[in-house]
Amino acid sequence: MNLNLSDDTCYCYTGGRPLQPGRPTAVFIHGAGHDHSVWTLQTRYFASHGWNVIAPDLPGHGRSAGPALESIEALADWVVALLTGLGCEQAMLVGHSMGSLIALEAAARAPDRITRLALVGSVFPMPVAPPLLDATLSARERAHGMINQWSYAPQSQLGASTVPGMNLTALNQRLMQRQAAGVLHRDMSACNAYAAGLESAARVRCPTLLLSADLDRMTPPKALGSLAQALGNATQVSRVVLPGAGHAMMAEAPGAVLDALWNFAGARPSS
Amino acid sequence: MPIQRNAGADTLALHAGQTPDPLHHSRATPIHFTTSYVFESSDHAAALFNQERAGHVYSRISNPTNAVLEERIAALDGGVGAIACASGQAALMLAITTLMGSGGHIVASRSLYGGSHNLLAYTLPRFGIETTFVPPRDKDAWRAAIRPETRLLFGEAIGNPGLEVLDVPGIAEIAHEAHVPLLVDATLLTPALQCPLDLGADLVMHSATKFLGGHGVAVGGLLVDGGGFDWEAAGGRFPTLTEPYEGFHSMDFAEESPIAAFLLRARREGLRDFGACLSPMNAFQILQGIETLGLRMERHVANARALVSHLAQHPLVEAVSWPELDSHPDQALAARLLPKGCGGVFSFSLKGGRKAGCAFIEALRLVSHLANVGDAKSLAIHPASTTHFRMSPEALLAAGIGEGTIRLSVGLENATDLIADLDRGLQAAHKATA
Repeated sequence: MNLNLSDDTCYCYTGGRPLQPGRPTAVFIHGAGHDHSVWTLQTRYFASHGWNVIAPDLPGHGRSAGPALESIEALADWVVALLTGLGCEQAMLVGHSMGSLIALEAAARAPDRITRLALVGSVFPMPVAPPLLDATLSARERAHGMINQWSYAPQSQLGASTVPGMNLTALNQRLMQRQAAGVLHRDMSACNAYAAGLESAARVRCPTLLLSADLDRMTPPKALGSLAQALGNATQVSRVVLPGAGHAMMAEAPGAVLDALWNFAGARPSS
Repeated sequence: MPIQRNAGADTLALHAGQTPDPLHHSRATPIHFTTSYVFESSDHAAALFNQERAGHVYSRISNPTNAVLEERIAALDGGVGAIACASGQAALMLAITTLMGSGGHIVASRSLYGGSHNLLAYTLPRFGIETTFVPPRDKDAWRAAIRPETRLLFGEAIGNPGLEVLDVPGIAEIAHEAHVPLLVDATLLTPALQCPLDLGADLVMHSATKFLGGHGVAVGGLLVDGGGFDWEAAGGRFPTLTEPYEGFHSMDFAEESPIAAFLLRARREGLRDFGACLSPMNAFQILQGIETLGLRMERHVANARALVSHLAQHPLVEAVSWPELDSHPDQALAARLLPKGCGGVFSFSLKGGRKAGCAFIEALRLVSHLANVGDAKSLAIHPASTTHFRMSPEALLAAGIGEGTIRLSVGLENATDLIADLDRGLQAAHKATA
């Protein structure tokens, strides 16, 4: 579905089901250089099991118009405005990588509106290696290669996809190529510059899930300590580390990611 | 932009798509001889049917052994995914029916495998899909044949049997100007010699029966999607991919995945409804073949070069068609697009026409007379009386086939033995026409 937000058209995937009043809402926020389609194998389940699903294409990504926003803070404000634009008072936020920082910041800025927070493949700070940041500006294909190399576990590099017949790293490369020039660099720069993570984490009050994968080289689970500690005011902090997957865990281990999110979201009536 | 490979081609040919099975630690790809898969619960079943979870439901739609083959060819060809089919013909049909229905139009090279020509020229018009055939080298003809209802351009990477080298980058450019994809049949080359997706094609199909399997034991087809074609930017030409499909949860496949929309529809509709799935046994045998693809194609090419060199100088041979020869019109294009070689299939014409051709074929001992290519063993056929027998004399001529044309699929035997066998046939042809 499309809606207008700040004069630009914003596209939101709803998991194949229309939004319905009275249902809990889960917002799935994609990472750098991606779009809503990275969440396909998690969102459809939520949407058919009693939830309203909103998986937006962030500004300048996928089907959403406008320039890509320059900071995590601006993206967090955009997500909160999206909720308002949809008439959604409260929602669970799920974010991957850059999307996890956006979700974290949004939960800090609108604590009364965020019921649960799931940070998938997250870490703070989220520095971007200078060669990668440079490549996103001057050599996109090289940047895509680096991202694929660091985002997928060794066995995923050679395939054995859980989705029959799909070549996951090629799919990811094409998805990044599909985004407009400059978008990936702006996203990576936003991650690199984001400094408020610990202060914002301290303002989070809702139950929070830190979902990692043990072979993640981009946001390794062992680097989550300071963020987990800073979430001390959250009513509950859970940590789940998935075995055998890397940073691209929604594609590498889609069922395990879904199960972790579903368990965290709590049992809801199906329909 | 080509897909970056995560390993070299020979490594991918052995490993892509498979890790040792975690239950029994089998190193080789297990053959999953099962029609169906046990659901963990009602909820799990519903989630699989609704594409909320990944996995297998029924082997007509997907099978773990086939999935290894699909991933492996996608990795080799530089695609985002692939679908294994019952045959190369099934792969071609799957591509066409995923992109269009009645009223659709195809522009195709007129130098096609006879089976493909039959499908496009005679069978599909019954279902409202028309094809305009064009000389593969004539770019103006490709461009001029495109209509508002054109949904696909189609050619063979190396034509059959004239060995016209398809200018993949040039034809892809024409296709993309018209907002339609280019499908290339790369059967005779395999990814060991050319990856058309890297050159600008959008879809690739293989008759895996041929060099991919390589041993003449299993029929199969593969359809690979490069994932680079933007279906949503094609001005509504592809409603099968960009509009809700009532037959599968009202899914808008391009919304679900802008990159994998084609493969989603092809599997969820094409395999499901038309049912031309591959047996897992055949998938296993084709996988075994692919493991040695690089090595075999090197030998096929080396042997072909040796035989071409011998025949090109033989006084009883009228002409040899081989893109590496200076006499071939595509010699320069082949040097650019096929630096590793032009494959293991070539054709030549005997002096003496049909009578000489028959005598030649019947005198061969090592080279088998049959309707196939791409076996480890050398094969020969007389196209005018077999693979292309439905074509009119005019169409035959237009496709570069004479009455005395022999097509050879060069195998992996010792080249000296093959040359001796060809000489035996040439002597017989000489006697028959003397």
